[in-house]
Amino acid sequence: MTEMSEVCAALGQYCASTAMVFAMHQIQVACIVRHGLGSQMFRDYCAELVERQMLLASATSEVGVGGDTRSSICAVEVADGIFTLNKDATTVSYGANADDLLVTCRRSVDAARSDQVVVLARRGQYRLDQTTNWDTLGMRGTCSPGYRLSSSGPAAQILPGSFADASSHTMVPYSHILWSSLWLGIATDAVTRAARFVRAEARSKPGTTPPTALRLAEVSNDLHTMRAMVRDMAREFTDAQSPNEDAEALLGMGFALKMNNLKIASSTLLVKIVHQALLLCGILGYKNDSPFSLCRHLRDAYSAPLMIGNDRIFAKNASMLLVHKDD
Amino acid sequence: MSITDIILRTLAEHGRLAADRSLIDDHTDLYQAGLTSHASVNVMLALEGLFDIEFPDRMLRRGVFRSVSSIRQAIEELTAGAASPPQLTGELK
Repeated sequence: MTEMSEVCAALGQYCASTAMVFAMHQIQVACIVRHGLGSQMFRDYCAELVERQMLLASATSEVGVGGDTRSSICAVEVADGIFTLNKDATTVSYGANADDLLVTCRRSVDAARSDQVVVLARRGQYRLDQTTNWDTLGMRGTCSPGYRLSSSGPAAQILPGSFADASSHTMVPYSHILWSSLWLGIATDAVTRAARFVRAEARSKPGTTPPTALRLAEVSNDLHTMRAMVRDMAREFTDAQSPNEDAEALLGMGFALKMNNLKIASSTLLVKIVHQALLLCGILGYKNDSPFSLCRHLRDAYSAPLMIGNDRIFAKNASMLLVHKDD
Repeated sequence: MSITDIILRTLAEHGRLAADRSLIDDHTDLYQAGLTSHASVNVMLALEGLFDIEFPDRMLRRGVFRSVSSIRQAIEELTAGAASPPQLTGELK
């Protein structure tokens, strides 16, 4: 995790969309590796994934559930060892470019909305009909329009266990840590540009500290806070994987709260840091064609508090804090 | 009223289960019966109030609230050592 976190942060310094695609692929792979290896089909699939270097995308969102990935309307149906699954997904990032898809759905047609499983739909087994466009402020390179998915394939491609466990054990922690890591990358590059700007000012008048240096110290302080948070949670997650640790800890409420807090804090700090860097660079940060341009950083940054809306996460935390004792 | 009855009534009141109450037995998977994490928090809160207990952090995980039987085990563990059997301190509607 610490290594993947570093990769996301490094990519994020150059292209946040690329970093996001990398992160999302790793999240899907982790779901299979951590929850599917009890099945021969998924063991073979993992080998093929590495061998052929395939790209995995996910269809977790759905029209009608109001952004709650932990509930589904669509259901997988199995007959004679063959699954059929149709889903109206609001966004499927890089759906047009992915090889295979992981799709969340109800376990069966009579299952509750929250009783979900994950189904692997392989290229050739699914069809995507684009329903909406991806004409957004930022993160444009993730190419995430809506699609109507229709798929069918061997029932063995239904991931063993429940999505509830895969979600709390893997998808949520991987998402929050890797997203936060790539946001750290955006923030790092914004501060790098601001620092370069201040140094250029300082060089033009040696002997006097430019007033912007104080602002640089301030924004650098926020960047260090963000970096410490991301690294701390990446390390804590890695430690919780070691055989000495109680793996059940990952399923606890305390851990869920920490992960949610990381997501809220890092996405909020990202917007603040890029904003501060922009004030510092002034018009040169506002221009698209200047070496100090922060336009793309700003556009991409504003996606962070919206990707699983922070208010939604605050509401979940509020509910958990009613019973969680942090002592 | 037995602990099991109290759990079943609490589930009926706060669990917002999709499945019919009469179909819930000791080992029914409550999550498959439609218990969401949000509803499970309300069930916990109600049980904490009714039994005058606090579920410690180690018990705040999905496994503990997966079935009537596992919830009962947790309550029995938390009320063990009490001189008398679990007393109902709260009001059931």
